Amino acid sequence: MLANLTSSERQYALILASAVALAGVAMAIMGRSDVLGVHGVIVMLFGGGIAWVVMTSFYGPEPTDDRTASYYDDPIKVGIVLSMVWAVFGMFMGVWVAAQLAWPNLAFDAAWSSFGRLRPTHTTGVIFGFGGNALIATSFHVVQRTSRARLAGQVSPWFVLLGFNLFCVLAVSGYLLGITQSKEYAEAEWYADLWLVIVWVTYFILYIATIARRKEPHIYVANWYFMAFILVVAILHIINNLALPISLGHAKSYTIWPGVQDAMVQWWYGHNAVAFFLTAGFLGMLYYYLPVRAQRPIFSYRLSILSFWGIVFFYMWAGSHHLHYTALPHWVQTLGMTFSVMLLVPSWASAGNALLTLNGAWHRVRDDATLRFMMAAAVFYGLSTFEGSFMAIRPVNSLSHYTDWTVGHVHAGALGWVALITFGSLYTLVPSLWKRERMYSATLVEVHFWLAIAGTLIYVFAMWNSGIIQGLMWRTYTEEGALAYSFVDSLVAMYPYYIARAFGGLLFLIGAVIGCYNIWMTVRATPLAATRADVPVQPAAVPGE
Amino acid sequence: MSELFHRKLERSAIGFVIAIIAAASVGGIVEIAPLFTIDETVEEAPDMRVYTPLELAGRNIYVREGCYACHSQMIRTLRDEVERYGPYSLAVESQYDRPMLWGSKRTGPDLARIGGKYSDFWHVAHLNNPRDVVPESNMPAYRWLGRTPLKMDDLPKHLAAQQSLGVPYTDEMVENAARDAYGQATPDTDFASGVTERYGEETTVSAFDGVATQVTEMDALVAYLQVLGRLTDAAYRGTAASEQPSDPEG
Ligand code: HEC
Ligand code: HEM
Ligand code: HEM
Repeated sequence: MLANLTSSERQYALILASAVALAGVAMAIMGRSDVLGVHGVIVMLFGGGIAWVVMTSFYGPEPTDDRTASYYDDPIKVGIVLSMVWAVFGMFMGVWVAAQLAWPNLAFDAAWSSFGRLRPTHTTGVIFGFGGNALIATSFHVVQRTSRARLAGQVSPWFVLLGFNLFCVLAVSGYLLGITQSKEYAEAEWYADLWLVIVWVTYFILYIATIARRKEPHIYVANWYFMAFILVVAILHIINNLALPISLGHAKSYTIWPGVQDAMVQWWYGHNAVAFFLTAGFLGMLYYYLPVRAQRPIFSYRLSILSFWGIVFFYMWAGSHHLHYTALPHWVQTLGMTFSVMLLVPSWASAGNALLTLNGAWHRVRDDATLRFMMAAAVFYGLSTFEGSFMAIRPVNSLSHYTDWTVGHVHAGALGWVALITFGSLYTLVPSLWKRERMYSATLVEVHFWLAIAGTLIYVFAMWNSGIIQGLMWRTYTEEGALAYSFVDSLVAMYPYYIARAFGGLLFLIGAVIGCYNIWMTVRATPLAATRADVPVQPAAVPGE
Repeated sequence: MSELFHRKLERSAIGFVIAIIAAASVGGIVEIAPLFTIDETVEEAPDMRVYTPLELAGRNIYVREGCYACHSQMIRTLRDEVERYGPYSLAVESQYDRPMLWGSKRTGPDLARIGGKYSDFWHVAHLNNPRDVVPESNMPAYRWLGRTPLKMDDLPKHLAAQQSLGVPYTDEMVENAARDAYGQATPDTDFASGVTERYGEETTVSAFDGVATQVTEMDALVAYLQVLGRLTDAAYRGTAASEQPSDPEG
């Protein structure tokens, strides 16, 4: 991994890693009477481990001078591996929490394994661990290829990737230890949040600096989305996580936002984490890997402009649809509902643009499971955004809110859109990155595809059923005008669906494990492709802008 | 024309970044900023109490264990919710809540007005193993709470942080936080009287987990559950209660 770093860069990396380890020591000392101390030790081991890796190959051969004439792919490779590791971890946690809802004794009576602590390890594991690593890896790939320029840093890509994973490790281990802010999708505590700000600002600078080096006059569409993803996530993260720690030696903090304002800020964050993490970033993937795989240009450039700005502008208004009929002032709820409905236009413009790109390549969709992953992702994207706009309408939300219908919607998006587009992109990227002819086994890609589709459908149908039944039971009245069902009646009706969901999730998890194996074997045992030129334009050949 | 303009924009990374920030900022500013300035956002409730240190510690356990992942604390303005759980929730009832715990999923019932619905004894039995009390339940068992002593020495720090964020704790409350937490769960000791002195006669002093000699996490959590919905009467009073809850079907 270090072969591409010069000795001064290795020094720099060593200093950085040691600084992290020292920060860990400081945390461990200051937090010795609190769980913060445990996190200090984890930070110390993480930084120390990396410092050790750097030291062991410190005196290895140096890169040749012409390294700048090639793309910088090492961090991308590591990012892909980390993404798949987190996928298996996060989905395993998903299956486990799903099983706990059906069989509550699967917590085995320990504190760390109870539902409330495991659930955020699932959401953080899949969204940030799996999704985040995949986004970082693919964004590094896409920005280099579409700009025809090498990444603008040598150590900074590693800092971004590994720093981000340190954040994920702190977050997930924190929940198990009982460290949480309880804000959904932003549960990590203040020090992890601060660390993520540093990492994210570096990411942003690296990305913009690479774009500034581009040898193409225009910034390609995929990069618009990645830029929006990086920028807006930074804004959301900082504002939602403003908090006052009770002391520098404690993990616990209190948010500066009280009650109703906190609710609005949290769901402004929460909904836009969906928009800019789970949507914009993955649309960036779609806009690059889908046309590459289909070997067709994007259907419409105008439609891409329309949908991009529509998404960036409309989404930020929609957060209050999470708070219909609550103590949030009515006018904010109405704004949220209105913009959520309008959001359907740019969303379907994106989905339509993707599907129309496939016109003329449908025979490839039939034969190539990788492309089918991306096609199915676009369909699920269209479906879940339609569902979302529908659920944002107040009377509909009066039924769906608080029920499994929301969970069904989430996973139509998360499994059907986010995970499928990621797998499709990785199956496109892995052979080209490791310079193999193809994936190790096309059959296994096919098997993965069908497991993923079956798992998603079972999951989503189970939750639609249970959610709607639950919502209806809560509001059903008897002839005499009394509530017909107790809460426990509605709970009992859920069990069959909870079991079905756990089964669907298990299929999806098995698919991901097969994907890991296939990727592993592609790297280990697949013949090299005949070398194609995959290098940036020589710096000297093109005048600067 | 607009396409030409966009072609130009695409040539400038900085221009693009600024355009994204501009487009993305509007919605949040328009919806969030007025919540701090418009007075009607949060109702008046002069009788609103603050959490005692023990209740606050219990709230932090509720957060830590992720009870919010299965329980909401927000009764919506819908007829069936009001009939099932009580008067719908007002903004003022969570004005001291950091973070708010409105929740987004009801795997279990709403808890906004659970205070006083059951005895302390019921809660302890239920938390120890929900299936002993409600056989169909899928709520986790929290047996270790009753075995784990409550950490009280850093409670003054918690109150001080809340105080500097604007929660009306007095300096005296901050100073006595650890003693008051102990006193609230040990009615027979000298520390008990200070709690009602500082936090009002309404405060419940009780051996919540049934053991009056040691303060456990169970004490704190049950104290918190028992005060939910009882910090103010605002939801039961005049204007708020008589307002017709909107019914989507009628
Ligand atoms: C897996 C989801 C889940 C989690 C996590 C959970 N609960 Fe529950 N809870 C339920 C369900 C389901 C019920 C209804 C059945 C019952 O009474 O056990 C319930 C009922 C309750 C009730 C009784 C409500 C009533 O009106 O009858 C209380 C109080 C309660 N839970 C408190 C808690 C606390 C405190 C925590 C965290 C320590 C917690 N719950 C965590 C699912 C959960
Ligand atoms: C193996 C497949 C999966 C299974 C079995 C699974 C299972 C679950 C379960 C049981 C819950 C809790 C629901 C509840 O509280 O009632 C949940 C929540 C959630 N999952 Fe998954 N999940 C899987 C994959 C994913 C993936 C890949 C993602 C994202 C990319 C994801 C994102 C989420 C989110 C965001 C929530 C929170 C939903 C909410 O708060 O409404 N899940 N999942
Ligand atoms: C047009 C686009 C979309 C709209 C208008 C929309 C709307 C909604 C609505 C109304 C809810 C329910 C809120 C509630 O009642 O609590 C919701 C929840 C959610 N949606 Fe969407 N949605 C859209 C697209 C997506 C996509 C593509 C994903 C991708 C994964 C997604 C992920 C989620 C998540 C994770 C939640 C659960 C939040 C929680 O309660 O924890 N949404 N969405």
